[in-house]
Amino acid sequence: MEGNIAAMGQFIGAGLAAIGSGAAAIGVGHVAGNFLAGALRNPSAAGSQTATLFIGLAFAEALGIFSFLVALLLMFAV
Amino acid sequence: MTKRTTDVAGEAHSEGGLVFHPLDQFKVTPLFGDGPVEWYTITNVTLWMALAALVITLVFAVGSRGRALVPSRLQSVGEMAYGFIHNMIEEVAGHDGVKYFPIIMTLFLFILSANFLGLIPMSFTPTSHIAVSAVLGFGVFFFVTLLGLYKHGLHFLGMFWMSDAPLVLRPIIAIIEVISYFVRPVSHSIRLAGNIMAGHAVIKVFAGFAAIAAISPVSVLAITAIYGLEVLVAFIQAYVFTILTCVYLKDALHPGH
Repeated sequence: MEGNIAAMGQFIGAGLAAIGSGAAAIGVGHVAGNFLAGALRNPSAAGSQTATLFIGLAFAEALGIFSFLVALLLMFAV
Repeated sequence: MTKRTTDVAGEAHSEGGLVFHPLDQFKVTPLFGDGPVEWYTITNVTLWMALAALVITLVFAVGSRGRALVPSRLQSVGEMAYGFIHNMIEEVAGHDGVKYFPIIMTLFLFILSANFLGLIPMSFTPTSHIAVSAVLGFGVFFFVTLLGLYKHGLHFLGMFWMSDAPLVLRPIIAIIEVISYFVRPVSHSIRLAGNIMAGHAVIKVFAGFAAIAAISPVSVLAITAIYGLEVLVAFIQAYVFTILTCVYLKDALHPGH
């Protein structure tokens, strides 16, 4: 066993930060799935709500991107 | 940011492992010579941003030249883009938001064409750099904030003071609202850069697997599939950036709604 403990912490931290991407995936799935469920019940209203859908997707996705960014920063920039 | 990217890629190179590093493609290099990158240096970022502007100009100049009743292909591309953004502003920001159509259209077209040009193999995507997208994001932030202050004066600050909430909760809500207001430009810009960067890095990672003969067919298929996804992402991110700009514009025009 060799290597320094700081590098180990860095890699473990990056791996932990990447969990956030999975969590964001759950969020995005929720948004899209609920939209689809609602759209199938009332298809005539679905068209006018696509903008809201994309805003919701963007907000959910942004946090996953943040965690991805933290992982990248830990891997390459620290 | 530019400096750091160069350092990061250079450092990873020496460590070995993959033949090329997935983040090497984001390296900012000067076009002429290899001096240090100063703020005035003409780099590949400059080149591809200029190309994006050129493509927009060409599409719209050539498209609007004929002004035919039955539009040609390029003309209908221009008309569709115009109608798309116009509808979006009217729907999200309301009728008085249409006055700010030019800036929103410009943002959309610039991001869209920069994203699409970045999908050409061996090209460079300016929007994958937080330095570029932060300028766009913070530009929008300052624009809508100053616009709101100009239009409504100190009334604009009432946006943070929810008058229909219980009095005890109002200061707490105000703090949360202020924080969320100032996080907006950060998330606005990081969303764009992060999505584009992540997509391109994933393609490069799969390209790295192609060096191993046993799994190279799989990785070629995967690259093809992800490339298709990236075309979608390139459009959706431009769309999301624009629609959020419209949402922020709506907040500036009608605070407290």
